[in-house]
Formats: sequence, C-alpha cells, structure tokens
Amino acid sequence: MIPAPFDYYAPTSLAEALTLLQRHGDDAKILAGGHSLLPAMKLRLASPSVLIDINKVDELRGIKVNGTVEIGAMTTWSAIEHHAALAKACPAMADAVGLIGDIQVRNRGTIGGSLAHADPAADMPAVVLAVDAQIHVEGPNGPRAIAAADFFTDMLSTALEPGEIITSITFNSHGAGEGSAYAKFPHPASRYAIVGAAAYVKLENGQVTACRVAITGAGPKAERQPAVEQALIGTDGSADAVAAAAAHAGEGMDMLGDIHASEEYRRAMCKVYAKRALLKAIERAR
Amino acid sequence: MTTITVTVNGVRYTSDVEPRLLLVHYLREHLNLTGTHIGCDTSQCGACVVHINGVSVKSCTMLAVQCDGAEITTIEGLAHNGQLHPLQEGFWEKHGLQCGFCTPGMIMAAADLLKRNPNPTEEEIRHGLEGNLCRCTGYENIVRAVRYAAEKMAAAQAAD
Repeated sequence: MIPAPFDYYAPTSLAEALTLLQRHGDDAKILAGGHSLLPAMKLRLASPSVLIDINKVDELRGIKVNGTVEIGAMTTWSAIEHHAALAKACPAMADAVGLIGDIQVRNRGTIGGSLAHADPAADMPAVVLAVDAQIHVEGPNGPRAIAAADFFTDMLSTALEPGEIITSITFNSHGAGEGSAYAKFPHPASRYAIVGAAAYVKLENGQVTACRVAITGAGPKAERQPAVEQALIGTDGSADAVAAAAAHAGEGMDMLGDIHASEEYRRAMCKVYAKRALLKAIERAR
Repeated sequence: MTTITVTVNGVRYTSDVEPRLLLVHYLREHLNLTGTHIGCDTSQCGACVVHINGVSVKSCTMLAVQCDGAEITTIEGLAHNGQLHPLQEGFWEKHGLQCGFCTPGMIMAAADLLKRNPNPTEEEIRHGLEGNLCRCTGYENIVRAVRYAAEKMAAAQAAD
C-alpha cells in the first residue's frame, strides 16, 4: 500500500512548523510518530497534500519530573516507558505505556501524536483524564493550555484549533497517599484497548478524599466516570466499596459495538476494568 | 524528489526518492535488500523490522525521507565476516522457523530486545516479541532460539 503523493517538510523548530502549518492550512497534516497517520495514508483514508514532519523539532522532546511532570509532545512511548522517575510520579502512565502496541510501535509513537489523533481505543486519553492533565498547545494566536477534560470532543476529534500543535502535557506528580493505575483488555492482535480504565485516588486518614476514573475503548471517546468517582469518595476504599463504585462504570456512555466486542460486553468490561484499576491505585496509595 | 543519504549495513547510499516512498520499499526495491519482508503492511506483523540508529522500527510505517542521515541495519547486516550473529545461529540450532517469512523481522526485533535486556525470561521474550507474528511455529522454538542467543552472547562476553 502506497500513500498518495505529498510535499514533505521537516522543520527543525516549532516556529518553523507553525509557519508551515499556517501557510498550508487544511491541506497539511503534522507527522509525529506516524503510527496512525501513515497507515491511514496508505489506506488512502487520509491524503494530505503536505506533510510537516516534526520529528526534528528537538524542543518538543523530553521529560521533566519534580512536583509537576512535563512531557514534550514528541516524546516517544519508549522514552516514557523507560523513565524511572516518571513511573514513580504517575504509575498509571507507566502501566499504560508498557501496554501500547509493541516495542517497535513504542519506539516511534509519541504522546502528543496520540492525543491529537484521539483514537477512541488509545490508552493515553484515559490516563490524561484520570491525572487531570493540561495539554499545552501553540498556534497562530500563541500558546494556550487545554484541560484534558475539555480536550476530547468526539471520535477522533479534539479541541485543537486549525493551525495548533500540541507542545507538551503537564500534571501533578503523585504525593503521599496518592496512587494511580491503568488496566486494559487489549485486542489480541492490535493491542488497542477494547476497554481500558485509568484510576487516580487520594487517601487521607484511611478515607478516599479524591478519585478520578476514565474509560477508553468502550465509547467514541475517552470519558471520565463521575458516578464511579462520587460513589467512592468518602469510603474507606475497601474491596467492597470499590466493587460498589465500579458497578457505575460506563453509566451514561454511548457504547461501541463491533466485531471485536458487543456493546453489552464492553459495558460489562467497563465495570471489571474500572474495578481492577481502582484496586491497584488504592494499593499503591496506601 | 528528495535527495537522502543513508548508511545501510555500513554502506553509504545517496538516493533521490519520492517523499511517499516507504522505507521498506526503499530497502527492497532501490537497494535490493530483500531480506526485509513485507507481511501485513499495517505495522502489526513485524516482518519488516529493521534498526534505525540502533532502535528497532517497522519499516512499512516509516518514510524513506525520514531516514536521511540515519544508520540503518537490516538482517543482511547482522552477520560479520561470514560469522552468523548468535540470534541467527540460535534460530538455526533451535529450529526457530519453518517457512522463514517472519524470521528476519523476528531476529531484528529480538536483537533490540537483547540489547535492552541481555538475560530475558521466557515471559519477557514473549512480551518483547509481541510485535512479531509467526504463523508456523507456535513461537516455542523462537523463544528457545532467543534464549540460546542470550546465553551465547553472555558466554562470549564473560570470555572477553
């Protein structure tokens, strides 16, 4: 399979990339890791006439961890997977990244590319929702930050405006009493999530005082699970409390049904994987 | 057309390529290095795995223009002076192949795995080769071949 012809640019700075994107408008696509875009181009589902490859924009790569975690948009899954301080600051992200695709996919795929693509079965959208991340973007009107909760608008659709590029993702490092986890049921061939759940909890004096849960794979976009969160906050985080809370997972969500899993099955798996992620997050918070 | 310069298996090439040319087609059709295979063509099967600057990638999902300036290693570059790489020897000794179609990608992926983890458990080998599909062997002998190579490489290092 061969993509349709296109003009290729490989800028070395963000400013240059933004200028190119501004100049070529809707005809252009940004090429990050390419593991969603290039397959789509090979299938002619996408035929941009201009490809702006930002792999040489070094300022978009890198991981910083202190009280806050900052991950450059062009940081590969592999770099995230092998970052010990990040795994400690956010175990849910480490869980999720190790389960993405395979080693070769993780060597190329990037966090910014994945979030911008907003595949309904991608893992990272659930994680950024659960850790309440900020997604930093830059465009013709300068930089702005978008809360993860506002970022995913529909299947393969985000709050990114034309001409904007994701530059980094930030969120708070976990402190004492905080824990997070990601659990998924992967499609056996593609490793995409049939259902994936990310959970974050905060425990104070044996009580759950904060909780965020997000589900991916089950619906057209990753979504927070407010009913689960509300049911768990104020409890002791016991296995019974988690089971009762997780029973609300998937409530109010449109479920996808396809040859891999029916709507009903996905709805059932939302509860199972929300429970697993929560139990693990609580264990880590204790 | 865009001009690229790459080093493949230690040999420098300068070529004019269309931006849409996939790396795997460049290797196979422009350089006649047909050891790198095209299997699924959708970055799932791993038959096309090569190393770019020492890192394993699926060459069906990368453009040749993206490799300008890069060092590429394909299956043809693994043996040195007629001496098979321990992984190649392992696949031979442990019967790690039947039809052989997946083997080049399997070996290139395993080489990256052993670089990161020189002494992998069976579990780690299976997880590490998740991106490579074999329709013949049931993977048992592939895992044994990788273990064989790990042990051989460890023994060679200890002897140094």
